Amino acid sequence: MAELLQLVVFGLVLGSILTLGAIGLSLTYGILKFAHFAHGDFMTLGAYFALSLVAMAHLPILLSIPIAALATILVALVADRLIYRRLRRTRPVILLIASVGVALILRSAVQIIWGPNVQVYSPGIQLPYVIPFGDGAIRIKPDHLIIMGGALILVSALHVFLQYTRVGKAMRAMSDNPDLARVTGIDTEKIVLWTWGIGIFLAAVGGIFAGMDAQLHPVVGWRLLLPVFAAAILGGIGRPYGAIAGGMTIGLAQELSTLVIDPSYKPAVSFAIMVLVLIFRPRGIFAGRST
Amino acid sequence: MDALLSYAVFFVSIAGIYAILSLALNVQWGLTGLFNIGIVAFVAVGAYTSVLLTVEPSATFDGGLGLPLPVGFVGAMVTSAVLAFFVGLITLNLRADYLAIATIGIAEIVRLFLKNEEWLTNGVRGVGGVPRPFAELGQVWMPVAQMLLVLVLLAVVFFLIERARRAPWGRVLRAIRENELTVLASGKTVKAFRLQAFVLGSAIMGLAGALWAHFVGFVSPEAFEPLQTTFLVWVMLIAGGSGNTKGAVLGAFIIWAIWSGSQFATDLLPPEMVTQAGALRMGLIGLLLVLVLLFRNEGLLSESDQRRGDLAREAREERRAG
Repeated sequence: MAELLQLVVFGLVLGSILTLGAIGLSLTYGILKFAHFAHGDFMTLGAYFALSLVAMAHLPILLSIPIAALATILVALVADRLIYRRLRRTRPVILLIASVGVALILRSAVQIIWGPNVQVYSPGIQLPYVIPFGDGAIRIKPDHLIIMGGALILVSALHVFLQYTRVGKAMRAMSDNPDLARVTGIDTEKIVLWTWGIGIFLAAVGGIFAGMDAQLHPVVGWRLLLPVFAAAILGGIGRPYGAIAGGMTIGLAQELSTLVIDPSYKPAVSFAIMVLVLIFRPRGIFAGRST
Repeated sequence: MDALLSYAVFFVSIAGIYAILSLALNVQWGLTGLFNIGIVAFVAVGAYTSVLLTVEPSATFDGGLGLPLPVGFVGAMVTSAVLAFFVGLITLNLRADYLAIATIGIAEIVRLFLKNEEWLTNGVRGVGGVPRPFAELGQVWMPVAQMLLVLVLLAVVFFLIERARRAPWGRVLRAIRENELTVLASGKTVKAFRLQAFVLGSAIMGLAGALWAHFVGFVSPEAFEPLQTTFLVWVMLIAGGSGNTKGAVLGAFIIWAIWSGSQFATDLLPPEMVTQAGALRMGLIGLLLVLVLLFRNEGLLSESDQRRGDLAREAREERRAG
């Protein structure tokens, strides 16, 4: 029983990270209408920005998170201005290919600037809190609490933003029907900027959390791209609320799967779930819009 | 002089294998609009199939049947085709981006499988001692004969794909790419055509993988990385001219020249930068991809030029007939 609960904890931690990635992916998909394949590498970039702040400027990690995420947004806006915006009038799939190019450029930059080796935010082992339970005990690291708490706060803030602010409502309108949104006088270019801002902010924080949970390496985000996509598709791509449920489901499923299958195949679990969803509920479990 | 010649032989052999891959992707993406970014999966499956069929039996793993090379090549195409059939059956009804992410997933699963199923694949240690075609010709003539083998297979694949493209079958594929609903309305089974294109392209990818494995003489799960096996091929096709059969081949040779040229350039870097060289070249691939899309998104040889050529030829043939 304790073993099961321990896996649930790991699952919730992973789910928090995936949720943060999947929301951004879902938002960009809903509003910019293309699958942003560089999303994982923006997660990586955010994680490494935070590494520089922690290692060189000696800032505490909690303070580094927002600064690193804002810096990542700047890079995304540059990519949008130089590349994506010029291609927005072509077919969405051209944007998809371009985002693969952006992903390669980002990963290359990360490797050149920070090196190809595995790195950590703080050396040494964090002592976990041990909660005795039944015949065993559950171990939770302080970082795990930060990750789950941070994701909860950000998701709640996003909810308030989408429901109650003018920009948030405009974003939902544009995601539902871009032409109608434009006719009503919504400044679509401004909404695009907000979409990048929010999506990439969450992605960067997700990347930093992934680095805190384990280690930093140049493909940390690329490896997360598959489960993040699976989460977004599970939740019905284009629907940020579905992405939350999708992220948690994929996170829990991946960790709990180790009870029944060889752990070396863990990354395949998210893929299997995604394929099942695509076969039986192609619009997502949580009734996404038709794709 | 000899060194230069033998480098030229090596260059043409590898570029030829890439040209076969680029042609295969042209069937899937160029003609049909199927977004496969898991090329590496079909290449690796083809390579391993052929290697395990042809290599001598070993004590450390079960693969290794010691069969003749042509059996390996055919086996490679069949296994890749079967994998593509099942992937396609599930995902081809969906939109391009879902197929894209599904192919990434397949590539990941193939990698995990090759790494973990040691009883079959010898795991991360890889399989060496792969039989080389024309090994009996000796160090001087073997590479030349191998190059000719690659070129002959390239010519065959080129001819078949060019023929298929001009045939009614190829026209249906392009029509599906441009407007699926019209094709459905004219009574074609869109899904069957897509599946055929996907399976055909993947089988050719498997063949290219087998060629590569027997050319290099060694396979391991790490030898097949998405960067060189998937994204380089994409850049080749898009730069050469997606949908244009000659463009696919031209793109492969030009981009392979740039890619191997970049290796000479990074070799000149100071030693402390050498570990970064791979990263630099990865950035180059990304940059090339983005620049082609921004400034020449039809590629060097565009599909519309080719179409004009087709029309002129058809007109000539009609005149001769009538």
